[in-house]
Amino acid sequence: MELYAPMIGLIVVAAVFAVGSVFASSMLGPKRFNRVRLDSYECGIEPTPQPVGGGRIPIKYYLTAMTFIIFDIEIIFLYPWAVRFDHLGLFGFVAMVTFLFLITVPFIYEWRRGGLEWD
Amino acid sequence: MIAYPALAEIRAVDQVEGFGDDPWWIIAIKCLAIFVILVLMTLFTIVFERKVVAKMQHRVGPNRVGPKGWLQSLADGVKLMLKEDIIPKAADKIVYVLAPIVAVVPAFLIFAVIPLGPEVSMFGQTTRLQLTDTPVAVLLVLAIASVGVYGLMLAGWSSGSTYPLLGGLRSSAQVISYELAMGLSFVGVFLFAGTMSTSGIVEGQERLWYGLILVPSFVVYLISMVGEVNRAPFDLPEAEGELVAGWGTEYSSIKYALFFLAEYINMVNVSALATTLFLGGWRAPWPLSAINDGMFNEGWWPLLWFFGKVIALLFLFIWLRGTLPRLRYDQFMKFGWKVLIPVSLGWIVLVAGMRLALNEGVQREELMMWGGGALAAILVASFVIPLFTERRADVDEDEPSAEPEFDPFAGGHPVPPLPDQQVPAVPVTAGGTADETTESEAREEGPSA
Repeated sequence: MELYAPMIGLIVVAAVFAVGSVFASSMLGPKRFNRVRLDSYECGIEPTPQPVGGGRIPIKYYLTAMTFIIFDIEIIFLYPWAVRFDHLGLFGFVAMVTFLFLITVPFIYEWRRGGLEWD
Repeated sequence: MIAYPALAEIRAVDQVEGFGDDPWWIIAIKCLAIFVILVLMTLFTIVFERKVVAKMQHRVGPNRVGPKGWLQSLADGVKLMLKEDIIPKAADKIVYVLAPIVAVVPAFLIFAVIPLGPEVSMFGQTTRLQLTDTPVAVLLVLAIASVGVYGLMLAGWSSGSTYPLLGGLRSSAQVISYELAMGLSFVGVFLFAGTMSTSGIVEGQERLWYGLILVPSFVVYLISMVGEVNRAPFDLPEAEGELVAGWGTEYSSIKYALFFLAEYINMVNVSALATTLFLGGWRAPWPLSAINDGMFNEGWWPLLWFFGKVIALLFLFIWLRGTLPRLRYDQFMKFGWKVLIPVSLGWIVLVAGMRLALNEGVQREELMMWGGGALAAILVASFVIPLFTERRADVDEDEPSAEPEFDPFAGGHPVPPLPDQQVPAVPVTAGGTADETTESEAREEGPSA
């Protein structure tokens, strides 16, 4: 725990700076609001009305996020394996290659089915 | 059979030698020092970038504020502080205010585990030039960097406007895609270092930098670090031609400045990480490190080498921005998922296999031959296979596109013809039915209005 405690100090310094500067600027800056200034920006035309919470998100991003999670888990398994690699020997190598193969098959499937195409 | 490590050995791995016993005031000094260094580096990098890009474009660059213009970014910061703080009507107020803070705090945190130097004596206390280190320091860096993405995503989502939403989505998709390639490029380093603690990795590079042994890992890291911090040529989330300013469109005043601060600190962070993992950390480069029994690797000298390497990498960022045009979004994502990730995975298997063979007692020369042969075969295959598949795709696409007639109103509004296209003759409508007349009148009004 004593290894992580100094980070709390840094969090405090950074948070004090960030919150303080946002607060200070809201005190220091001028306040001359009008209706047009508070509108959303859209190149000088009437802004497109947005549903609350941003509305729908294209499915592409969902697919990207799912693939990301699978590969992130793969990376998390790779790290301890890499750190202890010299102790694991041939068994560790074969096990990890098998695991990588199992992840690669669905990756190729997604690739071939066009899951990795963007426009 | 596998030799499982004894319990005592596992316990020992929990601690990193030389950390965790600083008195509180040393920790306070280090925290403040990291904060000041990062803010100064940001102020420096902004002016440095503007000056270098100006030189590359035969301009003068900022030269009015302070000596030779070096205080320009400080003046800009003060100015932004005094500007009107606008929260748009459509915004989700709490998240909108919180987003810049969420972006900037994690950016400061990464430097906590970056080793800036060896042990020095500070007011009579012997301590390391590093705030803290943990057995999983690099993993910690990746985790903190992922939290920083929330800042951009929430900024885009909470603005309640079209461009920020698209920019926020893009930047989160981009950052997570390139984070994978980045994470995979670290695996080779861990294989050789046998530890994830940053100080341990720097110690492991006493003889040879990992960037020289693991060239493909280093190249993948250099590419993905540019994608990770949304810098040119991968600055699609703020592509001003299509998205105005991306997720930052609705932000003004100090909130905008905080996003800028986070972006530049992240540039310093990824450069510092590259220095630590691949370029020997705070160690002096080779000819200097041999002088006088490594005198330049002790005391406060390493700060010079560390920041020299970081600034060299920052220069690389700026050089890329001054040289390369921005990629198209689909090209960018295709490159991340279909090139960087497969290449990294293949490289990991190759490196692990070669290291295993060395551990099992295969001769080095024989191994180099086999490994080099495998690498050459993969390289040739990677050049030849796309050549065939892409050419076939090109032919398929070309055939059906045999001169479709140009319709200036295809998209609902008038479009001028391309060089080899002909505008079809306007049909004469006098004496037509009532419906035709109104339609053609509407068409004729279109271009003139």
